Amino acid sequence: MTTVRTVLTIAGLTLREASRRRVLLALTALTVVLLALSGWGFSRLAAESGGTLTTGEARLTASIVLNLVMFGFSLIAALGTAFLAGPTLSGETESGIALAVLARPIRRSAFLLGKWLGLVGFGAGFVVLAGLAQITIVWAVVGYWPPEPASALALLAAQTTVLLTLAMLLSTAISPMASGVVAVGLFCTTWVAGVVGGVGASLGNEAVERVGSVSRMLLPTDGLWRGAMHGFQDPSALIQISGGADADAFPFLSAAPLTPAYLAWAAVWVVMIWGLAATSFLRKDL
Amino acid sequence: MTAAGLAPAGPEAARAAAAQLVADLPSAPAVWCSGLRKRYGKQQAVSGVSFSVDRGEVVGLLGPNGAGKTSVIKMLLGLVRPDAGEVMLLGAPASDPAARVRVGYLPELFRYQPWLDASELLALHVRLSGVDVSEHDQRECLALVGLADRAGDRLGGFSKGMQQRLGLAVALVARPDLVVLDEPTSALDPLGRADVRDIVLELKGRGVAVLLNSHLIGEVERVCDRVVILDRGQVAASGTLAELLGQRELRLHLTDLSAQARARLLATGKADQEGDWYTVALPVDDLGRAVPDLVAELVTLGARVHAVEPGRISLEEKLLGILREGAAGRAAAGSEGVQR
Repeated sequence: MTTVRTVLTIAGLTLREASRRRVLLALTALTVVLLALSGWGFSRLAAESGGTLTTGEARLTASIVLNLVMFGFSLIAALGTAFLAGPTLSGETESGIALAVLARPIRRSAFLLGKWLGLVGFGAGFVVLAGLAQITIVWAVVGYWPPEPASALALLAAQTTVLLTLAMLLSTAISPMASGVVAVGLFCTTWVAGVVGGVGASLGNEAVERVGSVSRMLLPTDGLWRGAMHGFQDPSALIQISGGADADAFPFLSAAPLTPAYLAWAAVWVVMIWGLAATSFLRKDL
Repeated sequence: MTAAGLAPAGPEAARAAAAQLVADLPSAPAVWCSGLRKRYGKQQAVSGVSFSVDRGEVVGLLGPNGAGKTSVIKMLLGLVRPDAGEVMLLGAPASDPAARVRVGYLPELFRYQPWLDASELLALHVRLSGVDVSEHDQRECLALVGLADRAGDRLGGFSKGMQQRLGLAVALVARPDLVVLDEPTSALDPLGRADVRDIVLELKGRGVAVLLNSHLIGEVERVCDRVVILDRGQVAASGTLAELLGQRELRLHLTDLSAQARARLLATGKADQEGDWYTVALPVDDLGRAVPDLVAELVTLGARVHAVEPGRISLEEKLLGILREGAAGRAAAGSEGVQR
């Protein structure tokens, strides 16, 4: 019972920290700019095509641009949570803020779980709200509604969770800024590896294709992102591109939905990395 | 009291007295630690520290920089994992976080969430401690450290001194039975120091145990019942102030001191001369006769006595003496090692 209270108290504190720090202001500003830009872009797209695009072409374009903008959001969420997760753990232990808190009758694992839950709430809340706003704007401007918005947004939230769990593990070992930089660096590397793997697949080069598969196993952010894209894009979009054969090579379309096995692996991955973070944090001398 | 009560009796009576003594003992000590050891890399920070703090007792932790004081405090509170040793807080093993329910702590490095305001910080610590403290009592606690009118201000705008006062409020808010204060006055002005002293004395009056780590020896001397002196990660000395400072001194201004008179002076105890001023260490068991006897005999032996001042070895002198002896001992051991 006391552990539950500790976890909820720390989660609430983390959310309050996120809402009161400048990071929320920066995130909101970036999000509004991206939403406004994409709204304007979609309206130009609709106006300039002037009816010359077929319905299928319009849907394909909407799918690709929506995925592109969503990638922007996932990048903002990645940056935001990674740079929030770092300071909140190693920053607090470095500055001494954690001393008074951890001298209270609380378990370190409960403290860590509270921090993690708070960050997950913040990061997932952000991508879901911003993503929903974006989908609504696209629907209002060009009349396109994605086939599986709920599962796609859930996968985006899962991607954010994966990255912030990694940032949390890193922040138990290295400095706040370094943990943010390394986490975002790994996120981008995995994305690039995914694109390279896609090119390999479309060229039929198994070795190159494997780069994508392996990186997707090591850090599931890119795999989950591809699953999310699949939920945002129009099913006919793939057939539009060379009958779907070369869709793999295209970074803002996803050829196949996620398998349950991959989702299970992503969950196991998060539990494993969280466990490592807890082990490392439990042993830390403050 | 009867004469029979004072007279030594048989083993039965001794056993009864011992049983009574145990029954009269207060509950488990506020702090009990044994054989604490900690190594950081190649540096042995703490090697075999054992001491205890009784309920309601104020114990000062003294020692030079790097003596291991803060490491010991952090091991007591579970913030640093000892390599070896045991800790009990208020009768419970410190490995269980619940042992810290009634423990308040002001860290040496006091920093608090800058995005919270003072009353929110206290509410957070009350929630984390699991103790029921009303909002009124929380406000009282802020008032105690002189921050009543800053309750709604964000901590980001607090000065260092105000943050340290706030830290004291955090340590006191959840009705502790043990308060650990690590350098509680490092950022305070003289007025703030006096406030902290009053608060510690008030805690002592309420039966709250206090472990005080401070460089300000005068502060320790005024409020502490007992002192533990750490040097190089070990307990160099410990005891009540009376035990540590038992030796008293006498300063005398003398002229026309004959050889006989000088011999009489030396017979009292160790003496130092500075011009016409002599400082003599008095025997611990003088029963109040040593000073008049010495003065009377000096006069008889022809010495002219201009001034007689009682002196007391200060805790600072005692501390420096212990640390220098330790250093000299290590140097001697080192040179012996070289000779071998």
